[in-house]
Amino acid sequence: MNHAGGYIADARIRAAEWLPWVVAVLCYFFAPSYLPLGSYVLTMIIFALSLDLILGYGGIVTLGHSAYFGTGAYVAGILAARLTGEPLVGLLAGTLSAGLLGWITGIIILRTRGLALLMLTLAITSVCYEVANKATGLTGGADGLGGFSVQPILGLFKFDMFGKTAYLYCLVVLFVCWWLIRRLVYSPFGASLTGVRENNIRMHAVGAPVYQRLVISYTISAGLAGLAGALLTQTTQFVGLKVFGFELSGDLMVMLILGGVGRIYGAFVGPLVYLVAQDYLAKQFPEYWYFGIGIMLVLVVMFARGGILGIIDAGIARLRSRP
Amino acid sequence: MHAALETRRLCKSFGALTVADQINFRLETGARHALIGPNGAGKTTLVNMLTGRLPPTSGEVLIGGEDVTALGQVARVKRGLGRTFQINTLFRNVSVVDNVAFAVAERKGVAWRMFRPASAYSDVLDESMALLDTLGLAQDARLTVAGLPYGKQRLVEIAIALGLKPRVLLLDEPAAGVPTMESHRILEVLDALSKDIAILIIEHDMDLVFRFAQRITVLTQGTVLVEGTPAEIAADKHVREVYLGERHV
Repeated sequence: MNHAGGYIADARIRAAEWLPWVVAVLCYFFAPSYLPLGSYVLTMIIFALSLDLILGYGGIVTLGHSAYFGTGAYVAGILAARLTGEPLVGLLAGTLSAGLLGWITGIIILRTRGLALLMLTLAITSVCYEVANKATGLTGGADGLGGFSVQPILGLFKFDMFGKTAYLYCLVVLFVCWWLIRRLVYSPFGASLTGVRENNIRMHAVGAPVYQRLVISYTISAGLAGLAGALLTQTTQFVGLKVFGFELSGDLMVMLILGGVGRIYGAFVGPLVYLVAQDYLAKQFPEYWYFGIGIMLVLVVMFARGGILGIIDAGIARLRSRP
Repeated sequence: MHAALETRRLCKSFGALTVADQINFRLETGARHALIGPNGAGKTTLVNMLTGRLPPTSGEVLIGGEDVTALGQVARVKRGLGRTFQINTLFRNVSVVDNVAFAVAERKGVAWRMFRPASAYSDVLDESMALLDTLGLAQDARLTVAGLPYGKQRLVEIAIALGLKPRVLLLDEPAAGVPTMESHRILEVLDALSKDIAILIIEHDMDLVFRFAQRITVLTQGTVLVEGTPAEIAADKHVREVYLGERHV
């Protein structure tokens, strides 16, 4: 279950790795009323994957990843409202613009580490939030941006009111992202990120351009976050200031930790469990649902530092070690 | 003939405190050279200036005759300068062979590749394995470093530096913390290293220094007190006073 990468890791896709896809397809057929929630979960999985790349593999702790998610979301929204509602163009524009912002901000903030870096990531998100808030002509400000339409995908598949097309669209995009991230994690580049996380000083001493490598990984991660944001805009046909919120960055971090950091599939399990639990608890206990989320997080932090996947790993190891 | 590594009038001050004062030092090609001195003599400062972690206040550092004073750590590694650390500085939660492979991959310039799996770069893996084999670590290659006994971790420390195929190797107390019973293993490894590599060893263990080094430089209070063969150093009156005397009387 562990996907650490490196030079002796077997990069072939294991049988268990097809499980999420089987589940996702089954959901499509057997839980049609949950498809809008499903689309949101799939989108957040992409977002969590982008964080896992820099946090789990590169060791960059950030509370400002919504800056890039929001950039992608707004770029896709503004593009649809002003120029074209072609979804793939929107995805591309969202990815590239967020990647560009990630590159520029990364160059500045990755010179620092630890708490200073954390503060800077927060600052960037706040700046983005204010820009979106004030540029009402473009973004709609506090009212958000809506009323645009997204064209059929490839001119063939129209977005329907049940969210079927949106769900499959998210699923296909996630699949492509997963495949790319997986290649990256198992590549020499991914291995070098692990090296940076494990021992920054030693990585310098073996001649690795640590800073440049972090900037590139941060750029890729920001681009992916932007892609997730654009996807959210297109599937919900609305963008609000929430996408730049500190809360979103925080929730994302919680989801990833809940699932397990640095394992690829932690980014799958975390958002799924978190968002489904949120959905269920909000229905059952409309006033106290955050209490349930809080309990869940406390339990994970106290008893399962590797997240839910960490528990499963430990369970499997225990079964195997039994005579 | 250029020295493998050279310093010219190298100085470092932290405010009013001078920790390196006009250090002229030559490490010849293929040398087995030791740098000794009491605590606070400025050994670590000198190493950090040689590797590029710390910029000197004045003076020059040359690798193979090329002035590298203005260059950073990474650029110096590319010019053949490898180092180990006094305190284990390893990739603790990855396998032993990955520890070495990270260095080999950087040297071979494949570490930027993003698409093919790392395991497909069999030349990196084979070289790393061969290197571990020469150090007697072949059986431990797939184990996580954090689980190795301390003495073996010290060998991994050396293995990573060797993965860079350095022309100059700085060994910062390679036997630090290793019981005397086991330090002979480290000495064996050092003795077996290619004579093409110029080695500078910074060490407190005098037995190891006198058995390994062909030349010894004694540093006190930021200056070179004396340099010579082990026999000359052992016989030197000043050295006995400031350094050996403290331990060997």
